Amino acid sequence: MRDALPAWVELGLLPLLNLAFAFLVTGVIVVILGENPLEAVELLVYGAFGYGEAWGYTLFYATNFIFTGLAVALAFHAGLFNIGGEGQAYIGGLGAGLAALAFGGGSPFLVLPLCVLGAALFGAVWGFIPGWLQAKRGSHVVITTIMLNFVAASLMTYLMVNVLIVRGSQIPESAGFGPGADMPGLNGLLNLFGLDVGRSPLNLSLVLALVCCVLVWAFVWKSRPGYEVRVVGQSEPAARYAGIVPGNKVILAMTLSGVLAGLMAVNEVLGAQHRLVLGFSGGYGFVGIAVALMGRSHPFGVVLAALLFGALYQGGSELAFDMPAISRDMVVVIQGLVILFAGALEHMFRPFLTGIFVRRRDAAPAVREAARG
Amino acid sequence: MKTILALSLAGTLLGTTALAQEDFQPAVIFDMGGKMDKSFNEAAFNGAERFKEETGIDYLEFEITNEAQREQAMERMVRKGADIVVVVGFQNATPVETIAKANPDVKFTIIDAVVDLPNVQSVTFKEEEGSYLVGMAAAMASKTDKVGFVGGMDIPLIRNFLHGYEQGVKATKPDMQVISNFAGTTPAAWSDPARGAELAISQFDRGADVVYAAAGATGLGVLQAAADKGELAIGVDSNQNYLYPGHILTSMVKKVDEAVYNAFKTAQDGTWEAGAESLGLAEKGVDYAVDENNADLITPEIKQKLDEAKQEIIDGKIAVEDYYSTQK
Repeated sequence: MRDALPAWVELGLLPLLNLAFAFLVTGVIVVILGENPLEAVELLVYGAFGYGEAWGYTLFYATNFIFTGLAVALAFHAGLFNIGGEGQAYIGGLGAGLAALAFGGGSPFLVLPLCVLGAALFGAVWGFIPGWLQAKRGSHVVITTIMLNFVAASLMTYLMVNVLIVRGSQIPESAGFGPGADMPGLNGLLNLFGLDVGRSPLNLSLVLALVCCVLVWAFVWKSRPGYEVRVVGQSEPAARYAGIVPGNKVILAMTLSGVLAGLMAVNEVLGAQHRLVLGFSGGYGFVGIAVALMGRSHPFGVVLAALLFGALYQGGSELAFDMPAISRDMVVVIQGLVILFAGALEHMFRPFLTGIFVRRRDAAPAVREAARG
Repeated sequence: MKTILALSLAGTLLGTTALAQEDFQPAVIFDMGGKMDKSFNEAAFNGAERFKEETGIDYLEFEITNEAQREQAMERMVRKGADIVVVVGFQNATPVETIAKANPDVKFTIIDAVVDLPNVQSVTFKEEEGSYLVGMAAAMASKTDKVGFVGGMDIPLIRNFLHGYEQGVKATKPDMQVISNFAGTTPAAWSDPARGAELAISQFDRGADVVYAAAGATGLGVLQAAADKGELAIGVDSNQNYLYPGHILTSMVKKVDEAVYNAFKTAQDGTWEAGAESLGLAEKGVDYAVDENNADLITPEIKQKLDEAKQEIIDGKIAVEDYYSTQK
């Protein structure tokens, strides 16, 4: 049997330890670059949480990461590695954008749900395809999702450059959406609580993201199909023995994963850009993998990890701004180190922690055994 | 935080040679390719550096990494007291419009796109004119019946390069075929030299012997492939002739450095003017590059023909069509 760690160690101490190590290594690099690492940390934290607008941007980025992180996490529960969040989000944006371009002039109460539905539907299709291929044709989902990312990028570029572009314009972006398709900002609401998020694009999508967290939690742990998805993820033969058709659950999990990733576009396209632009998915789909890994595929963990990455994005750009020696590439290095320690090397400290926590707990039965002998 | 600001401010003041200029604060924002792309953004960087060397005035800078940062970066520059913000790259058009409207006292110069506001100067280049000339050069230097073109991301701007190039080739040798490929459909297409080399080699294998690269850092792979294969390539944006002497026929230079330098300089001395300017051959905004590295390749005969065509374009006797007018 695998040594189980107490929950607070598994979900709290271990990720914190990994994070601390990532920052330690980052600090060494900052010193090598000839800057003061403490000052860098101060700038980073101030840049991410120091004032209202910083909070706004941090939460805006976090919203993206919650969606893509949830998408990856949900697929993890079915034992699937969805690397296609990027493409699903990109295509989701097309769904939201087409709805917004078509109905943008209408009332927001009608248009916004349509746009959200469009994003979910298009994302679902882009998740369904690899799910179906995996279930019916045995094409590995890792390969197909990566390939569909490129298909999505090619399709979007084609549409932006040839179809959706404003005629005679040099810029490959769609026309601006009508006012009906603007996701309401959260500034007015937050002002009531004395927080001013300034010009940041923080919008109602954050609420949608948090609702999705609750829904994912309820689906995975409180619903029958969610249970079946988890059984398939744990063991396919066991699932089959219990009368579950694994293929159907694979398709279901991938489709829902696509929906979640697609909804990211609501935040970015309807909340921030208000038009379709090239590359708005900006790598958030890929970072979602790290978010899901760090968050241990649990919605609550995903929210925390998303907040961390949101802070790194916002604080990092602030850092690059105020410390020219630390370029934007350095910010990527910091993010990379966090991913490395939290994802790839997540088990580095596990034997050590197991040694501390599991032996102590097992000491009691061992003593009984000795007494019996 | 305040001490940091004060320190950096002090640093700026120390670097300033003339005390009278200490109030002037220029800023530049680079696009996603990164300021060290040996091509478009780097040209802008060189222009800003030149201004710094000449005047001793340091500038604020930022490199965009994602779409949501564009407005944020411009807003930050304004908040830091920038008098002029030079924004590089066509994808910044909409954010510049928003921020310039909100800050009518700050001057903005945008490069490669047009924004029509009283405090925005738009600088675009007639890439088609420069590309026309290098197209002629390619057709004359080619010993086969095909020449190639490798573009970066497939966007209207790069299609404009191709459009001008094709016209130049056809004007010289009507039967000549232009093989064209784009490196990709994501921004990664600007920074993938391996892909550039692969595309160039396939074009050489298909019978082209001169390939024009308009692909940012991806183009570096095209140039290298030409050197490896013993064929010819044409560089872009910056003068890249020096990279592989003897294998780079010429470079289509786009004077982005001049544009950035001029924006800073005119904003400083008060002659900066809003409005749109399109820099072609006549304004020396684009040109083909001849130096000691390609003097043997551009024969006197080729040079004479190119200079004739250049004059005719300037005089309006040859009309080079741009890609945008072909969009229906």
